[in-house]
Amino acid sequence: MALPQQKLDATGARLAAMSLPEGGAWISEARTSARARVEAMGLPHRRDEYWKYTRPETLVEPGAREASTFETYEPTVFGEIDRLKIVFVDGVYDAEASDELSLAGVEIEPLSEAGAKDIHWARDLYGVLETRGQSPVERPLAALNTAYAADGMVIRVTGKAEKPVSLVYLQESTSSDAIFHHVVKIEAGADLTLLENGPAAARLNKVMEVEIADGGAFHHVRTQGRAHERRAATHIFARLGKESVFKSFTLTVNGALTRNEAVIELTGDDAVAHVAGAALGDGATGDFHHDDTVFITHDAENCESRQVYKKVLRNGAVGVFQGKILVKDGAQKTDGYQISQSLLLDDDSQFLAKPELEIYADDVVCSHGSTSGAIDEEGLFYLRSRGVPKDIATDLMVIAFVAEALEEIEDEAIAADVLSRLESWLQRRRG
Amino acid sequence: MLEIKNLHVELEEEGKQILKGVDLTVESGQVHAIMGPNGSGKSTLSYVLSGRDGYTVTDGEATLAGEDLLEMEPEERAAAGLFLAFQYPVEIPGVGNMTFLRTAVNAQRKLRGEEELSSGDFLRLIRAKAKTLKIDADMLKRPVNVGFSGGEKKRNEILQMAMLEPKMCILDETDSGLDVDAMKLVSEGVNALRSEGRSFLVITHYQRLLDHIKPDVVHIMADGRIIKTGGPDLALEVETQGYAHLLNEEA
Repeated sequence: MALPQQKLDATGARLAAMSLPEGGAWISEARTSARARVEAMGLPHRRDEYWKYTRPETLVEPGAREASTFETYEPTVFGEIDRLKIVFVDGVYDAEASDELSLAGVEIEPLSEAGAKDIHWARDLYGVLETRGQSPVERPLAALNTAYAADGMVIRVTGKAEKPVSLVYLQESTSSDAIFHHVVKIEAGADLTLLENGPAAARLNKVMEVEIADGGAFHHVRTQGRAHERRAATHIFARLGKESVFKSFTLTVNGALTRNEAVIELTGDDAVAHVAGAALGDGATGDFHHDDTVFITHDAENCESRQVYKKVLRNGAVGVFQGKILVKDGAQKTDGYQISQSLLLDDDSQFLAKPELEIYADDVVCSHGSTSGAIDEEGLFYLRSRGVPKDIATDLMVIAFVAEALEEIEDEAIAADVLSRLESWLQRRRG
Repeated sequence: MLEIKNLHVELEEEGKQILKGVDLTVESGQVHAIMGPNGSGKSTLSYVLSGRDGYTVTDGEATLAGEDLLEMEPEERAAAGLFLAFQYPVEIPGVGNMTFLRTAVNAQRKLRGEEELSSGDFLRLIRAKAKTLKIDADMLKRPVNVGFSGGEKKRNEILQMAMLEPKMCILDETDSGLDVDAMKLVSEGVNALRSEGRSFLVITHYQRLLDHIKPDVVHIMADGRIIKTGGPDLALEVETQGYAHLLNEEA
């Protein structure tokens, strides 16, 4: 089917402004075919059903809108965690600022180096999971990423990683337009915790492809930068083998526009996938539009998936949730759970939710729920009746509200660090 | 200590009158019990005194140690020395019991212009008080009331009371949902707090709680008013004869 003219024009304009990065044979092939996918699909348009609640224009247009960098004297998140730190500045790997890429149980290489080689194991994953994720719903921004990403990290985990790998995304330029792409391969029985933090750029397009072999485990915790004007479209594509575990949590505070997509396929029996997010937006300190779009496919027996998304919105902030559980024929004993909730602190804020279940197996348990509401008055009164002033009591109720999402972080020290970020965001707004 | 005069209260939304002229004086150091049938206004009285939303005071007054309670925010009432032990303590996930209590204790001290407790002092204090209520370290760490049994929730209320050291404690059907052992434990906790400078208002349906927490004065409440006041014997009378004959007497 021919694409509408507007879409052709917008896609053409963007692609005309870019050129494919240099690389070895395998990656050049992947990039060329990704660009062909973008041309065939066209970049997202506001009339697309999948972009009904989030306007894609600023993510699609040729240049990035200006975004001020964020200055803070507060200690950075994960700073106290023993970790292997890898720094990107405006989307470019900064070897000087990073730790040496050496960690027991893990092989790490910049994408630029892996891509320069004629042959590399990443060939079986780079753009491969993304391509699988293009059906049944198209994700053109992810294909655009595969085509044009010049940087990223290629990580292969062969044992239990000695400590977390921490990707730090700094923004220095107010007009940086970053595209980067990570590939993570967890071998059978291996285990990695991956941390991400920072705004990355004025505009970010990031893809992470994760393959977890049988019995492997991947824990992912990210906090997206506090820069108020930044824009981001991120995708995680994950494929899970037998008895493997995938857990991902994202904290988002601030940001003019964030679209986080997670596309997860459970392909081996007894696999577990949990995705969770807490987003806090205050329209008084800048635009806030946050979109979590999740697609989980159960294609094996006895697997468990959980989606837990909480949004705290005030002063005209907008939250979006599109979440789907697809249970394929034969994926018996599936246990699927999905909850998306918003706490609307005033009448100006908005939460748009589209929960979906599509089930072709007959012996499954799937539950989903979505709510929007104000602060629980009962809880607020309970706290105040003990002498806690109203503003602090309100913040405690906000923490109570997002608790179910925070509980998805397994590591206690990391969870405490994330919680303290959330608390200080609330505190700053208390004055 | 607590003085309530001619208190008239309506439900804000429906405009329905619940309290129709309550008069009650609790002297310092005394324990008063309020008994009465369902719907008589007992719980409403406790909520209005502690400042919950949803009620309109149309007439009358309530003072605590001479201070006008009804003009204050709930947290100010707490700082002034009022404490309500909830019939259904609320679960607050994600907020540790200990964090919550320290926030509350220090917020009250701040409102009263006192120094905040250091975390060391606070820890020593709470450990000692928790021990007597058989509240273990794990319960202190867990989120407020989340996953607590009925008995644990009520013990937690008494722990809060012990930590906050209020002047006037209102116990709203603290016996509901408790087995005999739990009731005994909770009552011991309350009795340990009885002192000259502290008064109690114990709201209950049943006399059995009053076997453990011995009241000085018993009031019977019906249809939004106190219809009879007497000594501990009055509670026994209710136990054996029910409310019906008292209500008839009134009529």
